[in-house]
Amino acid sequence: MAYLQLNNVHKTYVQGEDEVLSNINLTIEEGEFVAIVGFTGSGKTTLVNLINGLLQPTRGEVLFKGQPVTGTSHERGVIFQNYSLLPWLTVGQNVFMAVKEAFPKTPKKELNQMVANYVDMVSLTPAINKLPRELSGGMRQRVAVARALAMKPEMIIMDEPLGALDALTRGNLQDEILNIWGKDKRTALLITNDVDEGIYMADRIIPLRPGPNATLGPEFKIDIERPRDKTELNDNENFKQTRNAIIEYLMDIGNERKAEAQTAYALPDLTPKDFVNQFK
Amino acid sequence: MKQSITLGKVTKFMGLGFLTTLKDLFTGKLDKEDFKSFLRKVVVPIVSILLFVGLWHMGAKTLYNIEADFKINKALEERGQAAADAEAACIASGNVTCQPNSLPSPAQVWDSYKSLLRDHSTISADKAAFKEKTAALNEKRIAEGKNPIVYTGRPSFVDQIFRSLKTVFAGFLLALVIAVPLGIFIGLSPTLKSAFNWFIQIFKPVSPVVWYLLVFMIVKTLLIDSSEDSSFTISFISVGLCSMWATLVNTAMGVSSVDKDYINVAKVLKLGTFQKIFKVILPSSLPLIFTGLKITISVGWMVLIAIELLAQSPGLGTFVWEEFQNGANDSNAKIIVAMFVIGIIGFLLDRLMLTIQNSVSFVKTDAI
Repeated sequence: MAYLQLNNVHKTYVQGEDEVLSNINLTIEEGEFVAIVGFTGSGKTTLVNLINGLLQPTRGEVLFKGQPVTGTSHERGVIFQNYSLLPWLTVGQNVFMAVKEAFPKTPKKELNQMVANYVDMVSLTPAINKLPRELSGGMRQRVAVARALAMKPEMIIMDEPLGALDALTRGNLQDEILNIWGKDKRTALLITNDVDEGIYMADRIIPLRPGPNATLGPEFKIDIERPRDKTELNDNENFKQTRNAIIEYLMDIGNERKAEAQTAYALPDLTPKDFVNQFK
Repeated sequence: MKQSITLGKVTKFMGLGFLTTLKDLFTGKLDKEDFKSFLRKVVVPIVSILLFVGLWHMGAKTLYNIEADFKINKALEERGQAAADAEAACIASGNVTCQPNSLPSPAQVWDSYKSLLRDHSTISADKAAFKEKTAALNEKRIAEGKNPIVYTGRPSFVDQIFRSLKTVFAGFLLALVIAVPLGIFIGLSPTLKSAFNWFIQIFKPVSPVVWYLLVFMIVKTLLIDSSEDSSFTISFISVGLCSMWATLVNTAMGVSSVDKDYINVAKVLKLGTFQKIFKVILPSSLPLIFTGLKITISVGWMVLIAIELLAQSPGLGTFVWEEFQNGANDSNAKIIVAMFVIGIIGFLLDRLMLTIQNSVSFVKTDAI
């Protein structure tokens, strides 16, 4: 039985309008790291929200460990695109809120210890008493990572977690996330618009064809040994091939879309008035 | 982590940032670059105040002359040249019986201010003496189970200010207790929102005077047995009902427009309803709630004067009305003093709210 399974999932926000997602079929096995790449606005966040339970599919079903997903669950940790930290709570308090909800029966002392551990894991111990607005974007996203992981979810769902960060911070955080994932091999789903990021991190990459009526494209397996090295990766034939294949595929979709838009418009038959000769 | 608290931080926190520049001037820390900001923040307001006082003075003088000319002309028309000359001489001599009664000049207002303070110290002395005199008697009366004798003399201007403040704070508390919880419920539930919407829309624009009359009708009947003076109760309830709408609407709006990201976080963390309200929804709507409370206290202070005037509840409103009815030579000046006192206290109340807001809310608001 698949760990997470999406069967013929369709999603419309307004009844009678175009579907945002149509006919999505996806299977993720336990311990796998899957990346979904797509253009912005192609319905990636909708897909994520269907999987984490914030949204319900219009048609089709989302199965998690064989059970239909009807709401959010502590088993599926989510890292949002825009951090979504509560700005009135400090770093420690943000993480504490999550662990308190996930482990309501644990004594406060242990919870505090857990908070300290996870904040330390993303190396933010010096900033534990700071408010989110006092932190940089990268630090905020690390808090979000710590908050999601502190709940010890069985599956981590990441919605463009590094989209808003600069290249250097991005690279560091990719390594950190991989490190954490590698420790206990949780199932992970990464949504991204960066093909390189997907190849570097995931076992499988699935492109999302842009919406409306977005659907998943053919999957690309990444057969590169872990741990992967970024600098070596650039010379890896396998990497180059996969990367080119995915980019070509995405470009083709992009061109298709452009081609669709090239309908001819009927222009009125007008000629500019001749002002020069008028004054002669 | 301890952070040093400087005067600059405190004044900025309270919305009184201009004080920092003044402090720099006296401690000699003012740099050349700061000179421009010093000019803007200190010199410009002082110049504009002087300009205002100057204009006021000239305006008052013009009005005084119009009134005086009218009086003299009237005397001339009705009683002839001799009467007109006598009137002119009387006005010039500064005799109180024939002074033109118009907008008082800044100097007159300042004099009235000082006389009000003198009056206050006289009355305070009187009160202290009365208390001393009746102390022994009152002890005896209390021992006998009778009510002690209290001072029933005229309240001074300062006493009126404190009574007004008491009324406005009581009204504000009433507004807070009604509007904030109700606003939260309305914001949370679309059903309640449509149930209350007509109510809010219709009652929001009702004038303070009508509120007073409504409250008067109800409270009068409710307290029919009581021999106590109900004017305070009536006026503070009217102030509260009049001013609570801003808080009600702002709270409802703040609660219903919480950032969707925070709601998603609450859902993903699976917070309970109670937790969701207190840990996510309330903190995130605090800035709007406080905006509402700030408007409420300003509106409350503004309508207080009218309501006190109607209710004859002791306070600044009654003071203004009594001075107006009094028609004494310095009554107009005293009314202007009251106007400034009302304005300054309103400003201080606003800053008080801002200080409280900045100390509890995550968004720091700068003063306007």
